[in-house]
Amino acid sequence: MQQVLNGAECPECATPVELAENATVSEIVECVGCRSELEIASIAPPMLVPAPDVEEDWGE
Amino acid sequence: MGSEVPHVAVLASRVRYEEKQIMAALERRGVRFARLDPRSLVVTEGTRWEGARFVLNREVGYFRALYAAGTLESAGVTLLNSAEATRVSGDKWHTSAALVRHGLPTPRTALAMTPDAALDALDQLGYPAVIKPLVGSWGRLVTRLSDRETAAAVLEHLAALPSPQSHVLYLQEYVPGAGRDLRVLVVGGRAIGATYRRGDQWRTNVARGAVSERCPLGPDLVKLAEAAAEAVGAVIAGVDLIEDRDGRLTVLEVNDRVEFRGLQEAHGAAIDVADTIAAFLIERAGT
Repeated sequence: MQQVLNGAECPECATPVELAENATVSEIVECVGCRSELEIASIAPPMLVPAPDVEEDWGE
Repeated sequence: MGSEVPHVAVLASRVRYEEKQIMAALERRGVRFARLDPRSLVVTEGTRWEGARFVLNREVGYFRALYAAGTLESAGVTLLNSAEATRVSGDKWHTSAALVRHGLPTPRTALAMTPDAALDALDQLGYPAVIKPLVGSWGRLVTRLSDRETAAAVLEHLAALPSPQSHVLYLQEYVPGAGRDLRVLVVGGRAIGATYRRGDQWRTNVARGAVSERCPLGPDLVKLAEAAAEAVGAVIAGVDLIEDRDGRLTVLEVNDRVEFRGLQEAHGAAIDVADTIAAFLIERAGT
């Protein structure tokens, strides 16, 4: 996996995704390469996983 | 409780704009807090809860929000909103029943236990009508039924869905509005801001691309929104209303884990929703 300064590789398309300085675990970010929704699984080391699919009871 | 355990926590599996802003506001106010992820939350009956005593419920999924809240309350934790508020406002039928019970204006609504019964109920309500899922949404699966033929087709599809809950049908008269609805944000039981939401479809959910514009908080709007929040037992709520063609306000729904990005962006620096929620949580927690 490529080391990305202040970020991690997109698990879907391997595009480097930078994380904001105030990024937090479980935050949802979007990959600039493939537009996938990603969840920040870890800050140190930075790790991204595909965000969970929207479930039937989500929303307002 | 050990002194290292924060007194307050934010319950959320998905940290979206709203959760991030609220947590940032708590940090700015110098409050130590924990984030509880309901995906890893385990509470065992009969054991002492060692975590936070005041929890802001921001879980995106209704069932996780409801069961996590109820479980934590049984362990002596105070939830904002309460599990009961989540139970009522997270379910459209319970919300409608609460609004009617409190004498508040809301569209005529029926609940049918089978798709066949739904057709009969729609004959009573008249067309056009709207069918909505009982929980969740962001406008998903909310369908306008223009006539009986359309209704029969939609109900046939719903009958084929595997979830038993999909076969319990929430039906509502369609209220023609002015192409917009209103969202009032209530915090601590008080209306703090409102927006018009306009979309290019009849569903005006921000999640479906509707645009929020600032709306003046008139006394009638304030009174009705605060009463609607109180009717479902919510102290923090997003109350959705519509104006009919005669300008009368009617309450569509009340959201207990309210999303407020559109409303915040429409107000700019005029209000700080996340900070208002953080301040209310701190006040209630006595932190």
